[in-house]
Amino acid sequence: MLHFPRWKLTAVILVCALGVLAALPNFLPASVRGSIPAPLPSQAVSLGLDLQGGAHLLLEVDGEGLYRERLLNALDDVREAFLRPEDGGTRITHRRSIDESAGIINVRINDPGDAERAEKALRRLAQPQGLSILGGTEPAHFTVTRRDDSHFALSLTDDYKRQLLRQAVTQSVEVVRRRIDELGTKETTVAPQGDNRVLVQVPGIADTSRLKALIGQTAKLSFQMVDDTIRVSDPQTLLDEATRRRLEPDDGSTRFLPSKDGYTPYEAVRTKIDVSGESLKAATQGFDALTGEPVVNIRFDTTGARKFGEITGANVGKRFAIVLDDVVLSAPRINEPIPSGAAQISGSFTVESANNLAILLRSGSLPAKLAVLEERTVGPEMGADSIAAGKVATIIGGSLVVVFMVVAYGLFGVFAVIGLVFNLALIIGILSALQATLTLPGIAGIVLTMGMAVDANVLINERIREELRAGKTALNALEAGYSRAIATILDANITTLLAGLVMFQLGAGPVRGFAVTLSIGILTSMFTAVVLTQLMVSIWYRLKRPKTIPI
Amino acid sequence: MASISLIPLKLFDKETSIPFVKYRVFAIGSSIAMWIASFILVATMGLNFGIDFRGGTLIELRTQGAADLGTIRSAVGALGLGDAQVQEFGEPTDVLVRIARQTAPNASSVELEQLQQAAVDRVKTALNAALGEVEYRRVEVVGPKVSGELVRGGALAVLLSLAMMMLYIWFRFEWQFGVGAMISTAHDVVITLGVFALFQLEFNLAIIAALLTIVGYSVNDTVVTYDRIRENLRKYKKMPLEELVDKSINATLARTIMTGGSTLVALLGLYIFGGEVIRGFTFAMIFGVVVGTYSSVYIAAPLLLYTGVKRDWANVDGKTLKGAP
Repeated sequence: MLHFPRWKLTAVILVCALGVLAALPNFLPASVRGSIPAPLPSQAVSLGLDLQGGAHLLLEVDGEGLYRERLLNALDDVREAFLRPEDGGTRITHRRSIDESAGIINVRINDPGDAERAEKALRRLAQPQGLSILGGTEPAHFTVTRRDDSHFALSLTDDYKRQLLRQAVTQSVEVVRRRIDELGTKETTVAPQGDNRVLVQVPGIADTSRLKALIGQTAKLSFQMVDDTIRVSDPQTLLDEATRRRLEPDDGSTRFLPSKDGYTPYEAVRTKIDVSGESLKAATQGFDALTGEPVVNIRFDTTGARKFGEITGANVGKRFAIVLDDVVLSAPRINEPIPSGAAQISGSFTVESANNLAILLRSGSLPAKLAVLEERTVGPEMGADSIAAGKVATIIGGSLVVVFMVVAYGLFGVFAVIGLVFNLALIIGILSALQATLTLPGIAGIVLTMGMAVDANVLINERIREELRAGKTALNALEAGYSRAIATILDANITTLLAGLVMFQLGAGPVRGFAVTLSIGILTSMFTAVVLTQLMVSIWYRLKRPKTIPI
Repeated sequence: MASISLIPLKLFDKETSIPFVKYRVFAIGSSIAMWIASFILVATMGLNFGIDFRGGTLIELRTQGAADLGTIRSAVGALGLGDAQVQEFGEPTDVLVRIARQTAPNASSVELEQLQQAAVDRVKTALNAALGEVEYRRVEVVGPKVSGELVRGGALAVLLSLAMMMLYIWFRFEWQFGVGAMISTAHDVVITLGVFALFQLEFNLAIIAALLTIVGYSVNDTVVTYDRIRENLRKYKKMPLEELVDKSINATLARTIMTGGSTLVALLGLYIFGGEVIRGFTFAMIFGVVVGTYSSVYIAAPLLLYTGVKRDWANVDGKTLKGAP
């Protein structure tokens, strides 16, 4: 008891000092915090969204939509592969269709004699040549099944689906980050979660509608020719035709898309994408020179500009459609070739919607739709209220515990209280140093820890009382109290720690914050309640050499 | 510090000798009655699941003057979004609006998630129109996928923690202790659920966290008593088990009450000043501490009498001491 080796003493004091230093930045105003010199800790606790205010969105990449899209693209690939077969032979005539619900492309060869060549061509399509990034061979993209003499079925392999999903998630994270950055908020988090989800955390915003509008649109822009062979005068017939075409398996050359240009409800548009949004170099919101309406001005890169020039040059007099996410924004007539690679998208835009579209085009399109699975938004006033409530609860809860301990155990209660103060400092210090997130339940965890931390002291003190009652001398009672109680303290705290661990693993967000502070609190309380108070007791004993213990 | 002589209030000056074990039949009997009552309550009244588990939307808003719940109710009701709850939340200006999870036949999973978002937008528009200046303090939307995951995660968490506790105590003590601890802790969880069903308090993810804390605290309490029993088993090899258990409970009673008291006092500060958002959470913990203390004293220890314990903790049949410190 009296022997407290010098190294132990310095270690304890060092730990306490570090704790206080790490906790200090939280009590200094931000301006002062910035000027703390380098090796000293200068970060305050990282506040969770429920204390800062802000939006938390959990998004999921629409995998099924992604696969469907890829299959649709494959239809085109099949057409190309049969039109100009790699073996140099003649065109393989066929009929192809897509069964979306089953995820299969059906290919029927007209001439059974072509079957061999067709199969070869399909298999070449299914297995891309070349090495993957890691050096092994690329996994097969499709499985080719031969149904009978002239019928083949193509479907995506599971490996390829996984690869597509992974790439989609990575790409989505990038695109979303770019879009959110345009909003100008700092410290946003956009991170992948699991194998098909994206977590978005934007502190400080209260209204999430603009954020969700930016995230909700895939923003796939494409320029496709309008199919002028379809001439229907009666709007009802047009509607029927559109409905009919959409229900039947698509053969891929023309689709009916809803139109927002105000002239017709649907437009027949060729599926061949002449220029896509990927060729965009710039997009800005502007105003039409003549009408003054808000418009979006776009510019293509060199390749895109060339393609655009070719298409417009070859199709003067015909109409081309500007399609955004399978909706026709407008379908103007080509009056003259446009070699400059600059174009204007006009429609029924407001300044904000034009600006939003410009942002979407600048940041690139999302590979697949993002669905919002979960949203938790807290307004900034609410956040401030929660912090205030948390502070008050901590101070009052803490004070009550202090009073309780001093009344119950006198001097030894005071030792416990000093330990409690350092415990609090250590918890805050560790949270600040680790930049772990503090949430409102986290603050509750701190208050709870204060109540439970004294348990160790209670165990020790009650043990000392017992030993004294049994007739031990002062010194022996102190020693026995500490040594006997430690095993119990360890067992008891480990069980609470286990509960904290389970909570951390299976909890989410604010609940996780509670688990973090509870667990940290238990660990620090074991240090302060046992080691620190033992130090204080031994110093006191050495100074006073009491005959009896006032406990 | 030298001049002020701090005289502690010695509540437990002498060792108490309350015959806990004698009342065990009564205690265990009433405990079983409470179990049954809790099961019935949960089965009939059901737990008031929050949107974390049921899915749906939660909007907490603050109006300029005192809120007119009637206006809000009709504004939201007119949207036809199904079950909608509107209630005051703490202050007369604060209102909690809860919308049930939106469903649609033959909708894809993406569309189902989007439905929830669409509902929020419509509600906000309707409220803005009806109330004018509204401060949206908090908006929470949970779609079907996440709510399903949280239900599974929450139930798994509680069951897993109970299992882990039992294993840990089995490892440190003996299987009988493990069983005793698990039954008394499960008792705490079940009774807390019963109370939540009775008062229809909101049962959300935070309450699961409270339950896990209760598990941790209750086992913490129980371990202290078991530790003393184990120590006494070694010290008093000839003492009849009933007397030994009684002595152990009485010896640790002071600590149990003191720690319980200090924790309660801290939680009380939280309950009163911590704000409305965590009030249910804090209440659960306060209740749990009380029940947890009761179960450690009246249930966990006496249960050992039914399962019996190994009396000789020294080398038995060549086996070494289990869980020696």
